[in-house]
Amino acid sequence: MQLYGEEIGSRLLLGTAQYPSPQILAEAVEASGTEIITVSLRREGADGAGTGFWQLIKELGVKVLPNTAGCHTAKEAVTTAQMAREVFGSNWIKLEVIGHSDNLQPDVFGLVEAARILSDEGFQVFPYTTDDLVVGEKLLEAGCEVLMPWGAPIGSGQGLRNPDALRAMRAHFPNVPLIVDAGIGRPSDACMAMELGMDAVLLNTAVAKAGDPGWMGAAMAQAIDAGRQGFAAQMMERRDMAVPSTPILGMAVFD
Amino acid sequence: MRILVNGEATEIQASNIAAVLDELLYEGEALATALNGQFVAREQRQETALQAGDQLEILAPMQGG
Repeated sequence: MQLYGEEIGSRLLLGTAQYPSPQILAEAVEASGTEIITVSLRREGADGAGTGFWQLIKELGVKVLPNTAGCHTAKEAVTTAQMAREVFGSNWIKLEVIGHSDNLQPDVFGLVEAARILSDEGFQVFPYTTDDLVVGEKLLEAGCEVLMPWGAPIGSGQGLRNPDALRAMRAHFPNVPLIVDAGIGRPSDACMAMELGMDAVLLNTAVAKAGDPGWMGAAMAQAIDAGRQGFAAQMMERRDMAVPSTPILGMAVFD
Repeated sequence: MRILVNGEATEIQASNIAAVLDELLYEGEALATALNGQFVAREQRQETALQAGDQLEILAPMQGG
């Protein structure tokens, strides 16, 4: 998988929040085989907590995708992205412009505006967006080369609320990397996203809040791999009626 | 003078951002600053003068999804 010209082996992108401990975060990162983890920026006290976290992240040896989580306007998101670029030394930014505090859905108007500004400033934008095709087109026009449609509201673990819309995105944007971001709760959700032809899955809570995050990281990686292979191998069409798998020809007659 | 540092009213002697970081004992490379909503790059901190009432944000890496 190529993301902004970089070859990425793992199709699982993992968030770093909400783990029981830094040690368990490190275990989950390793067990999942992820090559990209998301991080954020927050107010720093003089105790240097953020510097300590950054040290841990660097030791994990994976690529970092900083986010603009919590930003509600394009301006906030742009400023946060500029600050993230300086701290993390990367042009990659997971762009979130939140439009509603209840369901954390993207403000797609602010998102497109911020994506344009940041792309013009040389950022490589990973926009957290809805599954709307027109918004996707506007984001590509704004300079994005990756789209990250939601599966369900952030942290809800509801899985894919609208698989048809994701299928339509795959058909409409055949050559754009599509990463389902948000809403994945279980391995089967991640597998389904991949069966629909998504290029990757970004998740956090499903692993961090699992009883055993390391184990769940591994399970997610396997589910993503299985779904990807299923898509590549081209699944059979559903049928309305039963069709015997075993040939009728040559059946014995006993009456 | 008094400015807001990460939302907290703070009395400072320093007159620019670089000096405020020193005065408030911020250390390390993994810090980014913004003044009144505008990003201030590391190399501009020294030359960015502060005025009473300014809002300074000092951010660092944190866990995120």
